[in-house]
Amino acid sequence: MRELPQLLWETGSSTVADVLPIAAIIFGFHLLILRQRIPNLKSVLIGFLYVLIGLTLFLVGLEESLFPLGKLMAQQLTDPEFIRGTTTAVSDGLRWHDYKWVYLFSAAIGFATTIAEPALIAIAIKAHNLSGGAITVWGLRVAVAIGVAIGIMLGTFRIISGTPLYYYIITGYLIVVIQTLYAPRTIIALAYDSGGVTTSTVTVPIVAALGLGLATTVPGRSALLDGFGLIAFASLFPIITVMGYAQVGAWWLRRDAKRRKAPAGK
Amino acid sequence: MNTSEYWTIALNQQFRLIATLASSIRDLLPIVLVVAFFQLVVLQQPLPAFGNLLVGFLCVWLGLAFFIRGLEQALFPLGESIAFAFARKANIFWLLFFAFALGFGTTIAEPALIAITKVAAEVAAGGGIIENHKEALDSYALGLRLTVAFSVGLAIVIGVLRIIKGWPIQYLIIGGYICVVIMTLFAPPEIIGIAYDSGGVTTSTVTVPLVTALGIGLAESIKGRNSMIDGFGLIAFASLTPMIFVMAYGLVI
Repeated sequence: MRELPQLLWETGSSTVADVLPIAAIIFGFHLLILRQRIPNLKSVLIGFLYVLIGLTLFLVGLEESLFPLGKLMAQQLTDPEFIRGTTTAVSDGLRWHDYKWVYLFSAAIGFATTIAEPALIAIAIKAHNLSGGAITVWGLRVAVAIGVAIGIMLGTFRIISGTPLYYYIITGYLIVVIQTLYAPRTIIALAYDSGGVTTSTVTVPIVAALGLGLATTVPGRSALLDGFGLIAFASLFPIITVMGYAQVGAWWLRRDAKRRKAPAGK
Repeated sequence: MNTSEYWTIALNQQFRLIATLASSIRDLLPIVLVVAFFQLVVLQQPLPAFGNLLVGFLCVWLGLAFFIRGLEQALFPLGESIAFAFARKANIFWLLFFAFALGFGTTIAEPALIAITKVAAEVAAGGGIIENHKEALDSYALGLRLTVAFSVGLAIVIGVLRIIKGWPIQYLIIGGYICVVIMTLFAPPEIIGIAYDSGGVTTSTVTVPLVTALGIGLAESIKGRNSMIDGFGLIAFASLTPMIFVMAYGLVI
């Protein structure tokens, strides 16, 4: 294992290299093409420093704790030895329902890593402010996290059962299209967005390890062909749950309004 | 500004950072619970290298709090101020050029994308699509990276145009879905999983807040646009176009 200072230095410099082009584009356009001063420049620069420090510490911390542990756990849980130990069936080969701890783990870790996803926190803060509080920060995050949990669980089931990826994705699209027809208009764009933000920093490495672990240990699967696809699940199902969240909210309001109206109508 | 005012502001900032630290611990609690439950109850293994874990967790916690403060202090205001500035100048050409540069520039260096394109090249070589030596692998991976970065740039351009014109998002996205489905029928099977995944990995932690603030700022400064209905949606385009373009890449190569 690398020493902490070295890891900090390496991650720090790669974070700077990652953020620098973005900063250059923004400041370049602001100053050269729009020819306008940046408001509160000092505070913005301090904020950029916070972003750099924050991302570096965040990534180093993940590398030191969650990633090795999560990958190890994904390996252990998908190990055929462990799975055989959890079933009472006489084993003439494992069936899809013998993997129950894998499903539970994939759903739980998908949920938990999504709650910690910084990009999702950003979107939730914005949505909360813009909706005048109708969408709560935690409400949106939990809705998205449930979507990721369902998505990754289905994704692991797909790898274990060996069914083609596009069946699931196309069915998911159909549900999204039907929901779009009935969902409140204000949620649609936000719901589409929440599919893209779920899978950035925390979720991807763990989920990729899980997919790879399964694809290498389940007989008849190829790591290269079947290991992919979990991310796609994790970006599709939050769209469904976020629209569902808004639909349930709207339904709740309507029911409340009806109840309040009813006594007055007598 | 006199000294006491300066200190009030400085103290206020410290206080905010501490408040963010307190809320970050709640953000991380689910991970701790899940890991502890599976490690101790299901797998019945002790936690390895506990000291490392603790240090790592402290770093994650501090890092998240700093990032959230930086988000509110730099990324959101910057995205919005540049949107307002463009709206005031009303120069569509430069706005669209900026949108493309932002999408392309933030994606091309994305570490997750670099990782996934390398694996994709191996898959392609395994399937006999390209020759299995280093040069062919590298050029396939680079081509794929450029394709994805271009498609994200294009996505932000379409997304910004949509905000300006006020097109309803669902027609564009559903149209995109139909494209994905049709492409799936024709694309080589090796590329499909990678194409579907590449939609998810393009949007990084720094890009999302900036791009979102840009969209919302534009929607707020254009008359007749609603910031909820029209402001969101840029990220959605950025995760859709890579799927289409990567499958197209698979078809062409």
